[in-house]
Amino acid sequence: MIKLENVTKVYPDGTEAVNDVSFEVKDGKLCVLLGPSGCGKTTTMKMINRLIPISSGHIYIDGTDNREMDENELRREMGYAIQEIGLFPHMTVGENISTVPKLKNWSSQESEKRSRELLNLMGMDPDEFIDKYPTELSGGQRQRVGVARSLGADPPIMLMDEPFGAIDPITRDRLQDEFLKIQNEIQKTIVFVTHDINEAIKMGDRVALLKDGELIQYSPPAELLAAPKNRFVRDFVGSDRTLKSLRLMKVEKAMKESPRVVREDDDLDEVENIMKKNDTNYLIVVRNGNELKGWINREDIEDASPGTVSDAMVEDTGAAETGTTLAEALTVMLERDVANLPVVDAEMKLQGLLTFHDLQNLIGETYTESGGKHPEV
Amino acid sequence: MEVWQYINGHWITIGNWTLDHLWLIFVSNSLAVFIGVSLGIFIAGKGREEIADTVLYLAGIMMTIPSLALFGLLMPLLSALDLPSIGFLPAVIALILYGQLPILRNTYTAIREVDPAMIEAGRGMGMTPRQILLKIKLPLAVPVIMAGLRNAVVINIGIATIAVFIGARGLGVPIFRGLRTSRMDMIITGAIFVSILALLADGLLALAEKKFTPEGLKK
Ligand SMILES: Nc1ncnc2c1ncn2[C@@H]1O[C@H](COP(=O)(O)OP(=O)(O)OP(=O)(O)O)[C@@H](O)[C@H]1O
Ligand SMILES: [Mg+2]
Repeated sequence: MIKLENVTKVYPDGTEAVNDVSFEVKDGKLCVLLGPSGCGKTTTMKMINRLIPISSGHIYIDGTDNREMDENELRREMGYAIQEIGLFPHMTVGENISTVPKLKNWSSQESEKRSRELLNLMGMDPDEFIDKYPTELSGGQRQRVGVARSLGADPPIMLMDEPFGAIDPITRDRLQDEFLKIQNEIQKTIVFVTHDINEAIKMGDRVALLKDGELIQYSPPAELLAAPKNRFVRDFVGSDRTLKSLRLMKVEKAMKESPRVVREDDDLDEVENIMKKNDTNYLIVVRNGNELKGWINREDIEDASPGTVSDAMVEDTGAAETGTTLAEALTVMLERDVANLPVVDAEMKLQGLLTFHDLQNLIGETYTESGGKHPEV
Repeated sequence: MEVWQYINGHWITIGNWTLDHLWLIFVSNSLAVFIGVSLGIFIAGKGREEIADTVLYLAGIMMTIPSLALFGLLMPLLSALDLPSIGFLPAVIALILYGQLPILRNTYTAIREVDPAMIEAGRGMGMTPRQILLKIKLPLAVPVIMAGLRNAVVINIGIATIAVFIGARGLGVPIFRGLRTSRMDMIITGAIFVSILALLADGLLALAEKKFTPEGLKK
């Protein structure tokens, strides 16, 4: 976990680049630092790996003040992808990616194996690319090698400064998708800088919106869109917030995590009680741990009672897979005429529940601009 | 024709002068590279801009001192230090001084001009300043340093002929003997061999420059 506590940076020339910023990034989550040019994103990020000394406040990495760590050790435990990519032109792609593994004295076999693994992960054929030099790559390929290099020694934490900044929108979109897929598997703790609101919404588990060195709002993207804290945030996210949220946001960002579930052999009376207690008419039915099986409605319970869930449930594995956008999920809901849509992973394991009500809130709030209730994320 | 006869008759002597000349160049430029690269790295360091300006300015001035005058200045200086004031030593010192500017300037510029993004990337990945110097800055600077060395060697091959004035041996010998005794054939022979040496050194060092250029920087 990364924790910033009252972090302030005043440059020697008197520029107040970061002013009393506090937030934390939980393990395995991606935090986006967002804001207009010069608002202090890069400065904030570089204080985390101590490329820039902090003026006052504290930054804790897994509970330890980062100033108590050896700065080079600290940096080797944090992948770092800089805004300008900065590949070493005299080294091959493989050598570039092996930079940190070599600093950590990995054997050359291990380093090469890792380089190949990472190139594969980035969708680049290792046999074709590992011995190429940076000048022989396209901009998009260079950016991918930059990201691969920052993942070199498999660091638990990643700092990425506009890692997809230097490429055309179409390739960027693809890289973002690929990266989200990778992140889903590798679950790094990531600080990701961008000035692009669309990228922030798409990539972030949480977004820290900065202005003139101050943290204006720190919330999940859905909340940023649905409940902007003030006029600056509202202006910054733009007037097409609804469309943005639907098109860009993945279902896992708007769903309820770990929704209440029941099993096929649960007693119907008990289930009815759960429904009453939770003020809902709908519950998801799972089996074998967490595998989606179907759902059960309160009306059906009354007809079938007494009995077990299997007497009243509807076997239905219609769901949205993680990684699909809210727009796609909404389409499925409308087509199937349902108000609740389970969210599952590729193995049909239940991940969460997306409700029409939540979507309505998300969309509604953006139009009424009244703030107030928003989906829990 | 006289020249050809002279050469034909004095192969061994000319060969010795050439070897002496080469030895002088080799010793002085090896030391010049060592000093120039070390000093260049030092003055390219952070916060040493003023030192760098001064050092480069002095090295520039050195180049403008006529070689004869420099030899003349070195003699009393060396005798004051109880060192041999004629012969090999003052010649080597003078050539080191003349070779400084191109090597020093190129080392300094090449290191200063390494893309800051690369250094930032290196630092951010936990490289120590020493590792950044050895693994990033120097490899990237090598071709430029080599170009400086090449420049210095070619300049010094010419200047070394004048070192004969202070008793050093080399291809200056036939030239100055020829001047004293109005022997055109000796003068031309000396000049021809100095030119050949310069051209060869230039060519060889150009090859070396290419060879030392990291693969990824070749276009
Ligand atoms: N070394 C420095 N000395 C003085 N001021 C600086 C220095 N580096 C940055 N600043 C100033 O601090 C502020 C924040 O800079 P920072 O680089 O963190 O912005 P940013 O949000 O990353 O901007 P961008 O989106 O343009 O990259 C700016 O006003 C900038 O001019
Ligand atoms: Mg920046």
